[in-house]
Amino acid sequence: MASIEAEVRQYVVETLLFGRKEVELGGDTSFLESGIIDSTGVLELIQFLEEKFQVRVEDEDLIPANLDSVNALTRFVENRYVTSERTGS
Amino acid sequence: MCNEDKTVWITFNGEIFNYVELRDDLIKKGHRFHTQSDTEVIVHLYEEKGEDCVQDLNGQWAFAIWDSKRQKLFLSRDRLGVRPLFYTKTVDGFLFGSEIKSLFAVPSVRRAIDVEALDELLTFWMTLPPRTIFSGISELPPGHFLVLEQSEVRVQPYWQLDYNSSLGAENEEEACEMLLDLLLDATRIRLRSDVPVGAYLSGGLDSTVITALVKKLGTTHLRTFSVAFEDKEFDESSFQTEASEFFKTEHRGVLCSSQDIGRVFPEVIWHTEKPVLRTAPAPLFLLSKLVREQGYKVVLTGEGSDEVLGGYDIFKEAKIRRFWAKYPESKFRPILLRRLYPYMKNLQSQPDAYLRAFFRVAKDDLASPFFSHLPRWAMTSKLKIFFSKETRNQLKHRSAMSHLEAELPPRFWQWDNFSQSQYLEAAYLLPGYILSSQGDRMAMAHSVEGRFPFLDYRVVEFASRLSPQLKMKVLDEKYLLKIATGNLIPHTIRRRPKQPYRAPDSRSFLAGKSANVLMEYVEELLGHRSIAEAGLFDPVPVGKLAAKAREGQVIGVKDSMAFVGILSTQLVVDRFIKNFPRSV
Repeated sequence: MASIEAEVRQYVVETLLFGRKEVELGGDTSFLESGIIDSTGVLELIQFLEEKFQVRVEDEDLIPANLDSVNALTRFVENRYVTSERTGS
Repeated sequence: MCNEDKTVWITFNGEIFNYVELRDDLIKKGHRFHTQSDTEVIVHLYEEKGEDCVQDLNGQWAFAIWDSKRQKLFLSRDRLGVRPLFYTKTVDGFLFGSEIKSLFAVPSVRRAIDVEALDELLTFWMTLPPRTIFSGISELPPGHFLVLEQSEVRVQPYWQLDYNSSLGAENEEEACEMLLDLLLDATRIRLRSDVPVGAYLSGGLDSTVITALVKKLGTTHLRTFSVAFEDKEFDESSFQTEASEFFKTEHRGVLCSSQDIGRVFPEVIWHTEKPVLRTAPAPLFLLSKLVREQGYKVVLTGEGSDEVLGGYDIFKEAKIRRFWAKYPESKFRPILLRRLYPYMKNLQSQPDAYLRAFFRVAKDDLASPFFSHLPRWAMTSKLKIFFSKETRNQLKHRSAMSHLEAELPPRFWQWDNFSQSQYLEAAYLLPGYILSSQGDRMAMAHSVEGRFPFLDYRVVEFASRLSPQLKMKVLDEKYLLKIATGNLIPHTIRRRPKQPYRAPDSRSFLAGKSANVLMEYVEELLGHRSIAEAGLFDPVPVGKLAAKAREGQVIGVKDSMAFVGILSTQLVVDRFIKNFPRSV
């Protein structure tokens, strides 16, 4: 099974960069600063997280610190999994 | 048409609105006229003043004069670039025309895409004149003339935008009166016509003002026309109805569906003669069709007001970003970002942190001459990830923005920030996109002539003397226009938030409302084979974009622009290069 990081990266490369593997995408590359997403692109990201990982993204989660890079997204999803396992939800 | 001794000949596309006054002066000077037309006025004025004749003209034109005595060809285009004029040199000689397709009708004219022009288009939404999207085809820049004499071509400006802010808030009352007087006169001379003149009435401030001015000038029966959208996000028909009832005009609208846009898009591109990044020209194409079917050939519209009197959201955006940049840590200042783009529901649903991140001011931005336009141009430039390897290699050492910076006039650096932003819109976007792809070209597609009182050069020169505070008071755009004309128009239209004209984008190209397939021609042009054959874009990422569009998942502005831009580029290649008709 692919790691969360690999799945997040694959989504970003395939869907947001349209398969352009030569575009530099470091783990901490900011999606906003590098123009990978535009001002409305976060909606696409949330849709992906909710569908792919079945995590619920609350309003207060919607900050670049959670969603603006491959590493940030990975951490966010991992934390959600841990939280939901602990709470049993 | 020619002069008395047949030594000066003219071919002319356009209108000279002050021809009546010019004709009287020329008769006093001894010129004999055979017609009542404005064309003949240019001929005699040229005899009288030579190249300086253009200084006296008030209108929208592209003309060529052949001066047989001097063996000299003189081409001229109006100040703001309403009418197009293209030229090229081939083994057959020097060719010119109002449309690029007329040049391509000559077999010796090469038809090929200029990759550097495509780079500019996917940065600024337009090419920097004289460059056009086609290699070897030049456009005479607005406010310029061209002389061809003894095989030498000379291109020279005769009019340029300048800003000086000599009229400030203390002159508000006087400025109001002057603006209204000028707009009334600009409208009055644009009603000169031997056929009835109608007006576009979009429900926004500018076209409502124009309709009000026409009525104030005593026109009793006025026909008005507008576009309504099935999609409520874009529709303004309630305001159109309100305005037409207020002015008691006979109003007709064309209801435009997303499917209509996709259906007519190939014809639209045949008339824009360049790729576009939005579908907005298509509804205007349908509107001019309606106007023509209703028996009208001339309409007045509100185009130019945003550029001239400070209406664009991009001016407001720049103002807020500068205000915020003074105290980047402020919690209050970025809240103003919520005031931007209230009509864009996807943007408005963004959390605050994202709005701040998107509109943030980077360290070097404040010093850039393009501060106001950087977010838009940076986002548009991201479309270049779709370029093929060959295209990217050709553009490896090129920066479109550096090219533009190099051609800014020295006086640009003396202007205030607001005027600098206005200049970028009025000198480049207006002729290169608004007029060419939405205004004149879409009207002319059905032989309807658009006339634009806000683009009367007297109005433009007057407005360039207004301080930024009179154009945008705090965040109230087109402030002086609203004050000057507020009592002539419905209160609700005076007070309504600005809603720029927009149209549905990528979803317009779905074969059916519930179908996961694109229209046939779109599937064909975005298919692997067509993309690879044209060579400009990479078929793999384009295929992924098309797949996203089929699923209705192209929701962001950037992806929408990419879809429309690539499709329209492919249409240009298909219609103008690959399958150009033998007879146009």
